[in-house]
Order: sequence, then C-alpha cells, then structure tokens
Amino acid sequence: MGLYDKFTRLASQREQFQTSGLNPFGTCIDEVYSATEGRIGGQKVVLAGTNNYLGLTFNAQAIAVGQAALAAQGTGTTGSRMANGSYGSHLALEQELATFFDRATAIVFSTGYTANLGVISTLVDPNVVVLIDEDCHASIYDACVLGGAQIIRFRHNDAEDLERRMVRLGERAKDTLIIVEGIYSMLGDVAPLIEIAEIKRRLGGYLLVDEAHSFGVMGATGRGLSQELGIEEDVDIILGTFSKSLASIGGFAVGSKAMEVLRYSSRPYIFTASPSPSSIASVRTSLSIIAQRSDLREKLWNNATRLYQGLEKLGYKLGPHISPVVPVMIGSKEEGLRHWRGLIEKGVYVNLVLPPATPAGISLLRCSVNAAHSEEQIDTIIRAFAALKSD
Amino acid sequence: MLNRIDLMSYILECLQGMITEGVEITPTSDLINDLGLESIQVMNLLMMLEDKLDISIPMNILLNVRTPEQFLHSILSHLESTNGAL
Repeated sequence: MGLYDKFTRLASQREQFQTSGLNPFGTCIDEVYSATEGRIGGQKVVLAGTNNYLGLTFNAQAIAVGQAALAAQGTGTTGSRMANGSYGSHLALEQELATFFDRATAIVFSTGYTANLGVISTLVDPNVVVLIDEDCHASIYDACVLGGAQIIRFRHNDAEDLERRMVRLGERAKDTLIIVEGIYSMLGDVAPLIEIAEIKRRLGGYLLVDEAHSFGVMGATGRGLSQELGIEEDVDIILGTFSKSLASIGGFAVGSKAMEVLRYSSRPYIFTASPSPSSIASVRTSLSIIAQRSDLREKLWNNATRLYQGLEKLGYKLGPHISPVVPVMIGSKEEGLRHWRGLIEKGVYVNLVLPPATPAGISLLRCSVNAAHSEEQIDTIIRAFAALKSD
Repeated sequence: MLNRIDLMSYILECLQGMITEGVEITPTSDLINDLGLESIQVMNLLMMLEDKLDISIPMNILLNVRTPEQFLHSILSHLESTNGAL
C-alpha cells in the first residue's frame, strides 16, 4: 500500500477544481494593495474574504513599529521561549493582554491554532470529558484528541442540547470542560453564551471561549462576545488569535494565575519557535488601537449590516445573524465553484467553503467584511452577487 | 434492555437518511468508501445514537470504526466497559 493511497478519493474530488480555471483552494493573490484591494491574475479585486476585521493590516503605525522591530531585533527569534529565551516584547505583550482582559495571566503562542492546541490538549487527559459545540474549529477538535479527552459534541448553538448532555453525565458534569466560540467562523453566528453560562453555574464545569472571530469585533472595548454579554466572570479561559482583528500572526490565552503552569507543561508552547519581533511589535500597536478605537467596530458593523441586508434583498440565503462573517449558501459544489469564479471575474474575492468544512453539508461563499471597506466597496460586492443572479 | 438487532436497524435507518439514494447499505459497508460519508457525518450518527439511548458516548470510540457493524460493536463495548455486562 502506497503512502498516499488513502487520499485517492480526496485527490479525485479536488482534481475537479484544478482542471480548468482558478482553483479556490490554492488561490494566489498576486498583489495586495490595501486592507480591501488586491489583484488575482489580471483582475483587480475587492478583498472580501480575509478576516482582517478591523482593517489594520496596513495601519501606518503598526507597520512602522514592525519595521523598527525588524531592524532592531532581526527577522526571527529562531527558537522556543523555554529553550532560547523570551524577548522583552513577548513579555510586554503578555502583560498588555492580561491588563486588557483584566485577567491574572496571558500567554502568547505562535499561532491561533497552537494556542488552542497548547491550552486545551494540556488541560485535558483521558479522564476529562469535554463538551464541544459541533461547529467548533478543527484546532479545538485536534486539541481534544491530542490530549486524549473524552469528547462529547453538542448540537450547534443549542444550549438545551448542551444541558441534556451534561445531565446525562451525572456527577461528572461538574468536572467537564465546555468549549464554544464567540462568533463561528463559517456561519458567522454567535454562541448563546448567556444560556451556556447559566447552565455552567447550575451544573458546574469550566467554560473556555475561543474568541478568535469576535475579539476586537464585539464588546465595549473589543474583548469579545463574553464582554458584550457581560458574562466574563463565568468564562475561565479566553483564547484568541493575532491573525484576524490584530492583523498579524500568533495566538493567546488569558485566564487565572494558575494558567502560568502551562508554560512548563504545554508541548505546543514549549516545542515551537516564538513569534518574530516584528509580529509582536505590530500586535502591540494593534491591541492599543482596538482598545481605543470603538469607531472601527462601529464602521465594521455598519458594513456588515449593509452587506447582509443587500444580499438578503437579492434573495440569497444567508447565515442566521448579522456579523462580519456573511455566508451565502449555495447549492452544489459545482454551483459554488461557478459562483466563486464569477465573483472574481466581477472583481470580488470571497472564500469558497465546501463540506466537510461547512456545517450541515452546505456549500458556502463566505464573505468577510472589515472596517476599512468603503460603502462603495460593499456595494460593489452586492452588485457582483446581483449580476450572478442574472448570469 | 438493549437489543443488538434493534440497534443495528436504527443505525441503518439513520444512515439511510445520510447517503445518496440508491446506494445499498449493509452492516459491513465501509462508511467512507462505500457509503461516501464524511467523517463529520459519522460523528453525527453517534450523536443520534446518544439521543436514541439517552446516554453520553464519547466520540473517541469511533477511532477504528469503518462499518455499521464495527460502529455497533464499539458502542456496545463502551457501554459494557462503563456499565458492566449488558
């Protein structure tokens, strides 16, 4: 048996996307002009599939401090924090994150994926039951598997289903780890955190919220859905990423003082290189912007509402909530591919997402808007979708 | 009292709703290669069984499951290990 034989089915499925035209799973964005514009081949496009929610990738101040750190501290740390040492900026960012979230401890990881892997896989073991929303990100599933936890899924955003499954556990419910996300990456819908926190108060357990898509986007100061709903005290650990609202790369976890021990026990933290000085410098600047600039959130939500309502008016089936992630539900994979290519021809780049990466086996044209999009650009996206209807 | 035959019937009935019409399902069909299921659908099948039996079954039991027969066997083994002989 060959090394790659088990991938035969997957390879043949993906081949159909490579035979002619652009490949949605290997798109090359040849040039990026700004937080909202780029070029794919010969086509200039509005970027509406980037997760760059606050549009900070081209923030002048973040670029300047990144360049300065690059010149002063070099291109990379070339090692792990435990073996090779932390830079002062790693520690400063951790302090700033802890202060921002008003938590005792913050730990920086090299990516958002690694943050989930590093925290969850280390906290759980084969005696721990984790209850995860079925639509949780792959990094959460992988982390639970790596830690050997007993994984029980509950139905997406269904607090009653979570409760039912916890009740079935009897006494064990009080030791479970409940894991949900703030905004879900595919459908852009938000978790019923008030209800989930209430269940946790009644039945016990610990609550971990991955705010990857809601950090910077929700809450009075951008701390996420937990802040927006006023239930931060019920959340034991918040996880997040630098690669969305913070417009760089890396990840973080914030929690109690006891979390410090993960620095000496979390293999995904210990055995990987630390984030580069320029990334950390840009993140520190973007974090201060998030805290100060509520107008960016306002602009973001206005753009999200404009796009959602525009597409709804055209008759497209969308996700259940207005949010910066606007999923347009398309029938078959073939239709999805045709629409995706059609949008690029009309100057709009979104993400094509197909099962099994999508919930309920649907194909999605996943749009994400950001605070830097102009109203005109949002209207360009809506017009492109309108033109698809008449193609 | 759990009945092995009833459980298998229920598994096959659930699978019927998940696959393309016209594909034959047997207890030894390969869930992925013969029935064309995605791994997430196999996890969903487990959720349906949890609800049917009103118990919690961790998805870890799916590790080596390839067929409906193995699915049933894994569930029964799990129940025996947690509740004693059935």
